[in-house]
Amino acid sequence: MEFETVIGLEVHVELLTKSKIFCGCTTEFGGEVNTHCCPVCLGMPGVLPVANKKAVEYAIKAALALNCEIAEFSKFDRKNYFYPDLPKAYQISQYDLPLARKGYIEIEVDGGVKRIGINRVHLEEDAGKLVHEEGKGYSLVDLNRTGVPLIEIVSEPDIRTPEEAWLYLNKLKTILQYIEVSDCKMEEGSLRCDTNISLRPKGSDKFGTKVELKNLGSFRAVRRSLEYEERRQREILEQGGAIVQETRRWDEARGITIPLRSKEEAHDYRYFPDPDLVPIVIDREWVEELKSGLPELPDARKKRYVEEYGLPAYDAEVITASKALADFFEKCVSQYHDPKTVSNWVMSEMLGILNETGREIDEVPFEPEHLVKMLKMIDDGTISGKIAKEVFREMFDTGKDPEAIVREKGLVQISNEKELEKIAKKVIEENPKSVEDYRNGKEKAIGFLVGQVMKETRGKANPQLVNKILKELLN
Amino acid sequence: MKLYELTIHEVRELLAKKEISSEDLTKAVLERIDQVEEKIRAFLTIDREGALEKSRKIDEEADFSGALAGIPGAVKDNICTKNLKTTCASKILGNFIPPYDATVSKKLKADNAVILGKTNMDEFAMGSSTENSGFFITRNPWDLERVPGGSSGGSAAAVAAGECIFALGSDTGGSIRQPASYCGVVGLKPTYGRVSRYGLVAYASSLDQIGPITKDVTDCALVLNAISGWDECDSTSVNMPVPDYTESLVADVKGMKIGLPKEYLGEGIDREVREAVLAAARTFESLGAACEEISLPHTEYALWAYYIIAPAEASSNLARYDGIRYGVRAAGYGDLIDLYKKTRSEGFGPEVKRRIMLGTYALSSGYYDAYYLKAQKVRTLVKSDFDRAFEKYDVIISPTAPTAAFRIGEKTGDPLKMYMSDVCTIPVNMAGLPAISIPCGFSQGMPVGLQIIGKAFDEATIIRAAYTFEQATDYHRKKPVL
Repeated sequence: MEFETVIGLEVHVELLTKSKIFCGCTTEFGGEVNTHCCPVCLGMPGVLPVANKKAVEYAIKAALALNCEIAEFSKFDRKNYFYPDLPKAYQISQYDLPLARKGYIEIEVDGGVKRIGINRVHLEEDAGKLVHEEGKGYSLVDLNRTGVPLIEIVSEPDIRTPEEAWLYLNKLKTILQYIEVSDCKMEEGSLRCDTNISLRPKGSDKFGTKVELKNLGSFRAVRRSLEYEERRQREILEQGGAIVQETRRWDEARGITIPLRSKEEAHDYRYFPDPDLVPIVIDREWVEELKSGLPELPDARKKRYVEEYGLPAYDAEVITASKALADFFEKCVSQYHDPKTVSNWVMSEMLGILNETGREIDEVPFEPEHLVKMLKMIDDGTISGKIAKEVFREMFDTGKDPEAIVREKGLVQISNEKELEKIAKKVIEENPKSVEDYRNGKEKAIGFLVGQVMKETRGKANPQLVNKILKELLN
Repeated sequence: MKLYELTIHEVRELLAKKEISSEDLTKAVLERIDQVEEKIRAFLTIDREGALEKSRKIDEEADFSGALAGIPGAVKDNICTKNLKTTCASKILGNFIPPYDATVSKKLKADNAVILGKTNMDEFAMGSSTENSGFFITRNPWDLERVPGGSSGGSAAAVAAGECIFALGSDTGGSIRQPASYCGVVGLKPTYGRVSRYGLVAYASSLDQIGPITKDVTDCALVLNAISGWDECDSTSVNMPVPDYTESLVADVKGMKIGLPKEYLGEGIDREVREAVLAAARTFESLGAACEEISLPHTEYALWAYYIIAPAEASSNLARYDGIRYGVRAAGYGDLIDLYKKTRSEGFGPEVKRRIMLGTYALSSGYYDAYYLKAQKVRTLVKSDFDRAFEKYDVIISPTAPTAAFRIGEKTGDPLKMYMSDVCTIPVNMAGLPAISIPCGFSQGMPVGLQIIGKAFDEATIIRAAYTFEQATDYHRKKPVL
């Protein structure tokens, strides 16, 4: 039997507000343990929460960017459960009246656009962290993170493959970074993801029994765990078995999922409206104001790059995937005539070095103007394309102006015909075999000879000129 | 002249004329405590040194501009006081010293009041007799064999016994008014949202309010002035101008329309209590007010709905007492769950456990609609009864409690009987309205309280009615003999 995979994602994203959602403590990541807290976020007896307007604003912006309908009336509820990282023994969250509903994200699948529905976006507070002291028989509690505002984004079960889940997450991250409500750093926990996955016979409109996956530390882990779980469930179903509804934990090292708790062990959170907080009544004008203040989102920007700059769709996709990268690109293009050349440099050289060094785009030490200056130096023959790559690398390492680099390192292109002729003669003398090949009609042999001249000049020779000189000498 | 017997407005005059110092007054009250506290046991914590030091400082600075400046008061032990133990009369918070002040504590301090100590109460304000204190019971100054009421029994008993000039209590279902009634003093529960709850250890958040317990209505207005107002730390406090309540101290109820709900005078109400209230109605009429019988038809459901909503909120509010971060942690636990179980089993008393279980059950999945949601609907109906009545009447009067103070141990074996002692006060909390209890007579030698209920944020009118009644009677002048 053929099966269809059904996946839904629950993503938690920390908002970039300066202070926590219900008190004035800083949201800054890190810091000495238990220093970013006060009686309110510590859940001392008698304290009361007061909602942070900025958190509501950021959540609305996120929901708008995800094409959601914003509720006119929303409220906070208490989700009750005991855990040492949860000082009040309840999390202030939203239950039946979330801030926003019914949105979507578009991803590209097989060259087409697929819409993944978003069921809801709601606001809640983050919990603290437990530090487990191996073998000491106790754990320590750090409450710095307690009360950092989060939004939970719940997708519809519209995702059909682990690949789509991965694309959805990337798009979600890009959108939230664009509107600057979250930095979405999974390694710092500012983006976290749980998944639901089930299989059903192809063509069936009923859902199969779902399994929830937790402990997913990266987008890659999300994809791998879904691939594993898809396989595991298919094998069980093919052998006539039944899937157990449960929560499973992804074991990154072993590459497998392990049962965590069954449906019977699931919590009854006893949600009820938080009597300490007044309902959130959202003014339509405010929503309109926030909507009109949203920046150009990645899909729109990509479309513009294709239409306005004539970039291939692939280039536009890669560049707009990061707002910072797209901003960099656009600054270059505003000062340079050929967007495609800029795109080539940004995509291959710049992203190459960033990937290689593990740095972020905002850590690039030079300005878009510097790249433009370098491109113009290629155009006017001051440096060769090959040397430019060396210059570019140097710009990355030192942040220096490309002109200064070329000057200091003596990288100016050799376009002096006499000087090049001298070197060419020497190369011809030293490579009789290639010379003979060329004269016997092997046109390609000239490439080797050009290469030898470039080597002699440590790449500084003007390659077109060398080609011309060699041909003249040999013919 | 015994200083400890005086009211705020009386000592204010003496302080202003420099006839006494704050230290004299504080010492007099501390001496009174030394004399009678052994019998009454109103205080969980007495901050002798802190109080004396503060009074000396006030005398030195001679700043008596605050209405409560230099005047020793007591604070219920569920109101946080920075660096002063706040236990809610619970073993689980037996060692808890708050690192911050409740907004009302801050306001008292800003007014230069002298905080004498923290008063006994039913554990976490759950009870009607102060017998549920995790530490000891408090006795009624009028009859040491009787309860002072609850949950603010310590505050009411302390005021009645002259162990403080004024006190703060908290009222979730009658916890200020009922003990005020039992102890023959004045107690006011403000409109929900009038006084900040920040720093009041929550029992049932949608019902809790802090209010004054005083020797007369004038003092009540003075303390209410000091503690009222919007607070940015409490989203449920209301940002509305607060009138000067002393302006309502006018003996005039001419033309005032008073409703007398029949549901508060029927079955279950002690005959002498009913007679005292009806006599009070006649007094108001003789002073020019018009009293009419009215009906608040959903009254009988209010109590039962309250015992869903309050425990539901409590079950969540009290979940934080887990022995992890503060308070008492049980010894000899195994794993985490065991730590929770042992700490909470040993730390909470039986009534608190009963209400946590009731509330947890009422919020459980599958029962929410049948209990919590239904109770909220009843609450809306109770409120609309009052809304309708207040279209026609300025205030509503009733007994504060069905009986005068009962004997210690009389109702501890039957929680439902105990719950009935709040039947007249609970509907007021459910509707979020202000109400005051003032002395209006005696039943077998024990004080009886008259409840005057007002429109939301109209404390002024109930204070005026109460003041007028007080001026025309002398019940408030009667003191227990100790």
